[in-house]
Amino acid sequence: MKISSLTISQIQAGLAAKEYSAVELAQQALDFAAAENPKTNAYLRFSPERALAAARAVDEKLARGEAAGSLAGVPIAVKDVIVTQGIHTTCASKLLEEYIPPYDATAITRLEREGAVILGKANCDEFAMGSSNENSAFGPVRNPVALDRVPGGSSGGSAAVVAQGTAVVSLGSDTGGSIRQPASFCGIVGVTPTYGRVSRYGLVAFASSLDHIGPFARNVEDSATVLKAMAGHDDCDATSAAAPVPDYHALLDGNVKGMRVGLPKEYFAGLDSESGTLILQAAEQLKKLGCEIVDISLPTTEQAIACYYVICTAEASSNLARYDGVRYTKRSPNSGTLSDMYCNTRGEGFGRECKRRIMLGTYVLSHGYYESYYLQAQKVRALIARDFTRAFTEVDAIVGPVSPFPAFKLGEKTADPLQMYLSDIYTITGSLAGIPCLSVPCGNTSEGLPVGLQILTKHFDETTMFRLAHAYERSRA
Amino acid sequence: MKITEKEVRYVAGLANLTLTEDEIPAMAHDMDEILVYMEKLGEVDTKGVEPMAQVLFEADETATLRDDVERPDRRFTSAIATAHAPQAGQGYFKVPKVIERA
Repeated sequence: MKISSLTISQIQAGLAAKEYSAVELAQQALDFAAAENPKTNAYLRFSPERALAAARAVDEKLARGEAAGSLAGVPIAVKDVIVTQGIHTTCASKLLEEYIPPYDATAITRLEREGAVILGKANCDEFAMGSSNENSAFGPVRNPVALDRVPGGSSGGSAAVVAQGTAVVSLGSDTGGSIRQPASFCGIVGVTPTYGRVSRYGLVAFASSLDHIGPFARNVEDSATVLKAMAGHDDCDATSAAAPVPDYHALLDGNVKGMRVGLPKEYFAGLDSESGTLILQAAEQLKKLGCEIVDISLPTTEQAIACYYVICTAEASSNLARYDGVRYTKRSPNSGTLSDMYCNTRGEGFGRECKRRIMLGTYVLSHGYYESYYLQAQKVRALIARDFTRAFTEVDAIVGPVSPFPAFKLGEKTADPLQMYLSDIYTITGSLAGIPCLSVPCGNTSEGLPVGLQILTKHFDETTMFRLAHAYERSRA
Repeated sequence: MKITEKEVRYVAGLANLTLTEDEIPAMAHDMDEILVYMEKLGEVDTKGVEPMAQVLFEADETATLRDDVERPDRRFTSAIATAHAPQAGQGYFKVPKVIERA
């Protein structure tokens, strides 16, 4: 067994053939992850007791001849913004350094029910705010493909562990690209499902109308298996959707003949030329598979960054109000009065990017600015969603780049927050519309840096997204 | 220029966020740059467009609401709820004095 390149189907075969037990696999995975982690800082914490207990349960079921679940024995990492009962959940923030949640997120409960083995919690940008994983209070994550570069963000740790081989799959969260962009930077698959497809219960809130939980994996098939295991209605999240969840995996037949695939012209403005060449080559490849490539337009793309950063900061400023030193965060020792306690706890606890977003969000919601910023952004959001609705009357799927450029060097963009925001241009439109999107590797630049192809489909049509990604991935193998 | 240092101090007050004297000029600079960029929103004609606050799907209005009954599997005691409070006692959160004696 080569622990660093295992897939879910290989694990199922290995367990069935008794090549190893789930406990042996979990122990090896933990040992390997602990040994390799210092290179990337991708894990913040390991959870060996919980991992081995889950693995023992899998072994016992298998010994009794029972089904052990679609993720039986699969070693998984969880982004540290998703709560895990009894295991620290820090959101990569000093404020929550000591926080041990009293409950599990629904996604966690469902994955463990399918036999998943949680190895530990993955590093990320503080409260999932960032595009490079340099905003973690516990140090940046390095890209396993090129250690002097960022893994992307905000789910940088979750992407890095899968690329590095220190977990087989992982969970991230995506608000404006935080799964797809790190997946593209690290050369793996990352999926943002339809908004409401996966319960947000237990996902620490950043921007509630935009937050999604989604999987990272080394191939499309594995990502579909993980999504299937955690998707579906949850009565603990009123925004989770009742739509039935298809068996994606069973539908991956490699046949995409006749599929109409849109190429939005707005997604090639400002795109790095090497990345652009790879995206166009991918479109050519889809044509060879029998897809019809159609030029389309998503005219409101130009205003999407402004729209997104008004809405997400507004929602963040409200959601982050709860970190006030009363209930679960560290309290500032300099707090004579209640007001001092709130202000100083937050001032001393939040990092720079969180403060910037709280300030921007407070500003755009404040008296005299609400209509020109927040309300206008919500209207522009409706137009962005309408762009997609129109496009999907002509095409079955849309493809394009994930990021304007491949992984950049640590420190390269930290001085200019606006430039960092602008790098989210191709991912935030799908997030604002709430449609399913994923990143699948489509080649490397001349420097050997991975580039991801983004595939977007209409609400609840993850099936078409997975089928197209899977057929494309297989044709490149 | 969209925002002054004075306004930054005012907004920080609204947000209950202490910023140090060193942080104020950098915050004003960054916010100004970003707010100027956000003027792009004004380029779009949104006459007659309904604001989109949430991703909505076709469903009954109460489709995702559960019955309002107690769920023993999700019962939070005050001991659990206050376990992470920096200061707690008797099942309550403790905070610095709010009301001064007259």
